[in-house]
Amino acid sequence: MNIIHVEKLKKSFGEIKAVKEVSFDVEEGEIFGLLGPNGAGKSTIIKILVTILKKDGGTATINNFDVEKEQNKVRESVGIIFQDPSLDERLTAWENLYFHSKFYHVPSREIKNRINNSLDLVDLSERKKEIVINFSGGMKRRLEIARGIIHTPKVLFLDEPTIGLDPQTRKYIWQYLVDLRDKQKLTMFLTTHYMEEAEICDRIAIMDHGNIIALDTPENLKRSIQNDIITLVTDNNIGFSILVKEKFNIETTFNNGTLEVPVSNGKTFLPKLFEIAGGRILSADIKKPSLEDVFIKLTGRKIREEEASKRDKLRDSVKRRRRT
Amino acid sequence: MITGILDSITIAKRDIIRSFRQKSQLYGSIVRPVIWLFLLGTGLRGSFNAPEGFTYTQYIFPGMIVMNILFASIMSGTSIIWDREFGFLKEIMVAPMSRASIVFGKTLSGSIIATIQGIIVLAFFPLVGLHLSFIQIILTMLGMFIVALSITSLGIMIASKMTSFEGFGTINNFLVMPLFFLSGALYPIDRVPAWLKPLIYINPVTYSVNLLRGIVLKTETNYLTDTGVIIIFALIILSITTYIFVKDRK
Repeated sequence: MNIIHVEKLKKSFGEIKAVKEVSFDVEEGEIFGLLGPNGAGKSTIIKILVTILKKDGGTATINNFDVEKEQNKVRESVGIIFQDPSLDERLTAWENLYFHSKFYHVPSREIKNRINNSLDLVDLSERKKEIVINFSGGMKRRLEIARGIIHTPKVLFLDEPTIGLDPQTRKYIWQYLVDLRDKQKLTMFLTTHYMEEAEICDRIAIMDHGNIIALDTPENLKRSIQNDIITLVTDNNIGFSILVKEKFNIETTFNNGTLEVPVSNGKTFLPKLFEIAGGRILSADIKKPSLEDVFIKLTGRKIREEEASKRDKLRDSVKRRRRT
Repeated sequence: MITGILDSITIAKRDIIRSFRQKSQLYGSIVRPVIWLFLLGTGLRGSFNAPEGFTYTQYIFPGMIVMNILFASIMSGTSIIWDREFGFLKEIMVAPMSRASIVFGKTLSGSIIATIQGIIVLAFFPLVGLHLSFIQIILTMLGMFIVALSITSLGIMIASKMTSFEGFGTINNFLVMPLFFLSGALYPIDRVPAWLKPLIYINPVTYSVNLLRGIVLKTETNYLTDTGVIIIFALIILSITTYIFVKDRK
């Protein structure tokens, strides 16, 4: 059964077309990832699906409820982990969950049990009486996850769930999320621009400039490249790339002082490169394609390039500060 | 309908728990009227002639109650800006609650907090030489609550259109202060120049001062007009705010 159905969804902000006629379906129980650089339209889609943003055209239903006409039904069906923190930091962990339960009309006699269960799930039971302001960024995130599932939603939306967290904490957060899927059979809809994190998804939609440019399982997406990548360091990368072009008619790319040669089978092709190089290769490595490579192939650029702009850096650092 | 009211109460409960954890606001609400009442009351006593039968301090006493409610209500209203700034407003906006119950819940909590701050001033009545009966005290509290309701809804309406605290000082200077000084809290209205009177009569705070002065000092006033104006003002503002909240999904 399709728990989310989106057809020809459109949204513009003034002149900027944030989402251009996007269609997709999400099946019950799957982890569905929207992957793309900042500004690709991922958050806009989430905001429309959780009813806080009005769409310009198309249809979208969650749990068979229309996001425009049956807003409260949709709101009851979803749990949300926002990109930015959204806890009441002056309340205790327990109070945050209590008020959430009340907002979502969880029956009074069940509230206590549900709070304790979800706190257990994210290992925060010991800290439930503490005011949230003293929590670390990772703890706040875990508390938000606990809060997002307390009203037993059908779909859990996670908008960049690990943004602004350090790598170790990010790993833990994913651990909790995968656990959650296994224990509760919950549908998860997430956005991320960390390629390696998208690997946990059952299916991934890659977005760029408001369009979905590919939609498949991570394995199929990577298989679609049909390439291994041989990474070389040579005495003269530019000269060697011209040589490879002449001999094998292969377009190479430069990356951080290395030369990347896409080939269908790295193990058998590497000896051929050594043959033409005549001792010019200083080191060599064979890499299986990653989702990052899929993105590069589809768009011609790296996903993080745009991320490195000054404004985004500022934004990230502000987020990090708020989270600590 | 019942769900809506329960939702409002939940929202109000959270705000009240929060605000009792912020002690500084409470201390401010005690210190502010004491300063005004005793310094201003004493200082201006010579320059102003209070109407027959009252000292100047007694005369401005109901006005001081209204002032404390005014400040507290506008402050509580703007707590929505905090909620927006720290992300909690989103948590409320995606919850399955009607927008009207969100607005009313916010208004309810702000009004309760502001009424408490009004009661803090009211507690000084023996010190200014007033004698209030039990019934007068109860009526004053009820009066304070509807006054708080109307001003808090105004605060929330303004806050719903504000995205940062930068404009907050402006609001204080160009809204709260004029509302207070053009209300007759510090002087009898019949003594002001004619050109100023329209401004005073379109000011809902004027009716708030009249109402509380009527109850506390038993001065002559039309209770029906006073309560009517205050409640109608509150209802209009609440409806506008709810509309703003519904339309907020751009």
